[in-house]
Amino acid sequence: MGLHIIVPIKYVPDIERVKFDVEKGRIDRSSAPGEINPFDLHALEAAVQIKERLGGSITVVSMGPPQAEAALRDAISRGADRAILLTDERFAGADTLATSYTLACALKKLQPFDLVICGEKTVDGDTGQVGPELAEHLGLPHVSYVSEIRDVSRDGILVVVDMGRSYYLVKLRMPALIVVTKDVNKPRLPTLRDKLRARRAKVEIWNADVLADIADMSRFGYIGSPTTVHRITFPEERGRKARIFTGVNAIEELLKVLEVVLKW
Amino acid sequence: MVKHYSGVMVIGEQHEGIIHPVTFELLGKGRSIADKLGCKLYGALLGYRIKELAKELIFYGADEVFVFDHPSLKYFDPVRYKHNLVKLIKEVKPELVLVGATNIGRSLAPRIAAALNTGLTADCIDIQVDENGDIVQIRPAFTGNIIAHIKTRTRPVMATVRYKIMRPLKRDTSRKGRVIEVDVEDIGDTGITIISKVKDKEVSIADADVIVACGKGLKKPEDIKMIEELAKLLGGVVGCSKPLVDEGWMSRDHQVGFSGNVVKPRLYIACGISGSPQHLAGMRDSEVIVAINLDPSAPIFRFADYGIVGDLYEVIPKLIKEIKRRKLNHERGDSK
Repeated sequence: MGLHIIVPIKYVPDIERVKFDVEKGRIDRSSAPGEINPFDLHALEAAVQIKERLGGSITVVSMGPPQAEAALRDAISRGADRAILLTDERFAGADTLATSYTLACALKKLQPFDLVICGEKTVDGDTGQVGPELAEHLGLPHVSYVSEIRDVSRDGILVVVDMGRSYYLVKLRMPALIVVTKDVNKPRLPTLRDKLRARRAKVEIWNADVLADIADMSRFGYIGSPTTVHRITFPEERGRKARIFTGVNAIEELLKVLEVVLKW
Repeated sequence: MVKHYSGVMVIGEQHEGIIHPVTFELLGKGRSIADKLGCKLYGALLGYRIKELAKELIFYGADEVFVFDHPSLKYFDPVRYKHNLVKLIKEVKPELVLVGATNIGRSLAPRIAAALNTGLTADCIDIQVDENGDIVQIRPAFTGNIIAHIKTRTRPVMATVRYKIMRPLKRDTSRKGRVIEVDVEDIGDTGITIISKVKDKEVSIADADVIVACGKGLKKPEDIKMIEELAKLLGGVVGCSKPLVDEGWMSRDHQVGFSGNVVKPRLYIACGISGSPQHLAGMRDSEVIVAINLDPSAPIFRFADYGIVGDLYEVIPKLIKEIKRRKLNHERGDSK
């Protein structure tokens, strides 16, 4: 029997193409096409590589607007077997606590599973909190910043963890949750055949009612989110206008700067 | 009577008996918030054979320090650390809990927040108390394109805070405070076993004062030697942009950017780096930025203080030669 691996993914706007209206303090997400959060591709690839070795199945789960179905279809083309979209007005406006709680409820519905693999963070929210919060809600052992997966079996997974100053070898008992960095692998591109297959695949749509029997619905969405953004500003450009040194004296000028900065 | 949430608590971080400097920065910020709110500043430190370190947190501003010293806490196990800290927070009931936005803090804080069912704001660059006495957490989002001001309606308010942003107080060994040794409960098997240290990082780029970074302007991996030589002469370390890591020329330990390391050195020299948003998000807060690039329209120049429009293959060797000459003169001068 192979492993059942779950990969939570997020549908995010292509960050290079999002328009930021500095004057109105608004983010226009509609200006950018969506995609799978790039960090999540490494989580999915890690799951696919484990499945290739040990067999089993991969379920991808995403919470988001109906358009997020595109990201799930992309995940299918990259090797996921089953895709679930959690979409409901009642899920909207969630911070990381409400998001992780909602995902935890969905994952309980998907039991039994052996391993949950998350990406390091998202390019929009940029918190990296949902993975460890999800582990806590589910009572699973977890490690973040996994840079290498050394070995996987039914009982456990052996990984290398980046703890800031050093790397450590850590063993987790299954079921477990790991948060992987971009070091863990190089995601492959789906083939045209995979893409065509994914186009016909089914994406299951779950609303809040599907989770109602096990969930405290007051912990979903905006209502269940203790943090709120009450203002958005834009980073100051700091008025840095590079003084450009040119000509024969450029090196000389730069050295003068270095002398001051480094207090030579 | 129900005890009200009061006080600011800083969760300290130590690595092999050395306190991570972000701990002192958080104590500096925590002290000013505690003074503003008129409450105590607590510190917490976990590890093994670290009792002696606890007083350092007092010297940097804490009123009371809770120290968890136990063999089971020698290495960072998120479940064990969480268990002890959740117990402490439930007892002490601080209004605000600050954790360093390091790899350890970003793994630990969310588990604590979820266990307490409270809000957590990631990677803050400032924490303020507004005119209503509310705690406002300020953080970049969307790869650094916006700054969000966030309030939390549950208690404690929790935040992870970026390294090198807050200013520590001056170490004052005359400061008085209380060190409280907590009875550590060994919770047995957590499902996590730290087997061994694999290796230390090649560089700790987040700690560096001087970084000389290279990007796609570099033509071949051997040329990193030249960047290394310059970095060494300036007492710094080598950084790089993402493409060089993707090419396998350098390890991610050296990568500066949104998906690598966020740095804030005194001096950042960007050589042959055009300045993609993903790179800028990792170094734009450096104190002094110097850019060397062939293309005068490269975005990096808009974020730099000084620049040379030119070929790094001409500029850097000249710079190296000149620094060496000066150092030599300097030494001769000293020996006179």
